[in-house]
Amino acid sequence: MSTASAAAITPQSFKSGVKPVWCPGCGDYSVLSSITKALAALGLAPENAAIVSGIGCSSRIPAYTSCYGFHGVHGRALPAATGLKIARPDLTVIVAGGDGDGYSIGGNHFLHACRRNVDLTYVVMDNHVYGMTKGQPSPTTEPDWDSKLAPGGTGLREFHPLVIALASGANFIARAFSGDPNGTADLIAQAVRHPGFSFIEVLSPCVTYRPEQRGWKDAVRPASVAVTDDPARAARRLMTDDGFNLGVLYAGRRAPYRAAPQHEPQSPASLELDFAL
Amino acid sequence: MTAPRKRRQASKPAAAALAEFMRRAYAMELEAAERYADFAAQMEMHNNREVAELFRSLAQIEHRHATSIRKQMGWKSAPQVLTAVRWLGREGPESGAPGELHYLMQPYHALEIALANEQRAARFFAAFARRSGPAAIRAAAAAMAREERAHARLVRQWLARVPRPDPGWDRDPDPPNYNGE
Ligand SMILES: Cc1ncc(C[n+]2csc(CCOP(=O)(O)OP(=O)(O)O)c2C)c(N)n1
Ligand code: SF4
Repeated sequence: MSTASAAAITPQSFKSGVKPVWCPGCGDYSVLSSITKALAALGLAPENAAIVSGIGCSSRIPAYTSCYGFHGVHGRALPAATGLKIARPDLTVIVAGGDGDGYSIGGNHFLHACRRNVDLTYVVMDNHVYGMTKGQPSPTTEPDWDSKLAPGGTGLREFHPLVIALASGANFIARAFSGDPNGTADLIAQAVRHPGFSFIEVLSPCVTYRPEQRGWKDAVRPASVAVTDDPARAARRLMTDDGFNLGVLYAGRRAPYRAAPQHEPQSPASLELDFAL
Repeated sequence: MTAPRKRRQASKPAAAALAEFMRRAYAMELEAAERYADFAAQMEMHNNREVAELFRSLAQIEHRHATSIRKQMGWKSAPQVLTAVRWLGREGPESGAPGELHYLMQPYHALEIALANEQRAARFFAAFARRSGPAAIRAAAAAMAREERAHARLVRQWLARVPRPDPGWDRDPDPPNYNGE
């Protein structure tokens, strides 16, 4: 990881000239600001980092930053980012998106990204809804959330991303809140520094389709337990977690996946040896 | 913001502590300015020009406060490494909460946010001034609390000059929200 001179790099260095089109009050504004603060705090230059996303309001983030960016296909941010990191291990790769992108259409990739433990930082802006497509329930939507699109609620139990990340092998698991941009920036910086696959769920209210989420500011609290590297302890904690504990909830010690060293291309003469009778 | 008068006479450790305190105050003002500028950009994007302009002016005011700290401390350039100030939990005392905006909000709402910020900042510095610690820092904090109270008075006068929003100000005849009534 090459670093830039701290004097020259500020969060502003990571903002592109493109102005976000999110609804005023949307949590994603703060997450963007946290990502730029974290990258500046890490002393990176924009050309040392890449942000990869899928599709959704939250997935628009790469356009608003000056790093390398890839605004890809719905649900496919993680495989694209995995390929990028394997090909360019020198880059800091952040993957960003929503709960629909990451847990519905991209759910399978989520499991395997955790399992592979490639050195990525995955920031999911969870608003328990599909914002971009006008308010359909997502896997993290409460079963009784009543809306015109799901009258009476879906009746379906929510997906528990942190438990699933732990069970699938993620090496760092944290929860943040967009209403705490400095705290979120700290967690993102810690996640980037932690080797392997780091997963941060950021509670990021959708003020348009879930205006009641403005109340999250009164529900969140710092997790009252110290960070653990013991998956069994973390599992017990996460299984009883009510979704509002903030902080690092697990920091494991699994060695990250590393691509096999590249062999020098073989000479034609050495290849011919294989065919010698 | 008035710098403490006896800065030159302060002992070395006290002077260093005061400089650190002022760096944090500077970070706080700068964060408040950046937050207002972000709010202005959000409003511009949604064509709420009146509120955008107001947030832009508030950003400039906070920026001037930051610059005046810099001048009073005699810093040749802006300090680069800044520690964010957090108070009562998460945010800097003078930074508006990001989730408070609405695309149909009116100048009155924007000024309410500004008033709450100034009042919180005044309480923060007043609490600091009451703490035990170097006298120079307590004096600086008390001076800042007075200034923030003066700003709050100005914002109150400003509020008195803008119309109060009618009930139902946030009703949109063509809402983005399909779940609306
Ligand atoms: C293959 C495919 N299927 C469906 C869609 C439609 N679509 C676009 S964004 C989205 C869901 C976005 O929800 P989320 O990821 O939670 O992001 P948010 O908008 O809430 O930030 C869907 C279903 C698509 N673009 N591509
Ligand atoms: S629809 Fe929701 S998630 Fe999308 S920009 Fe608006 S508030 Fe944010």
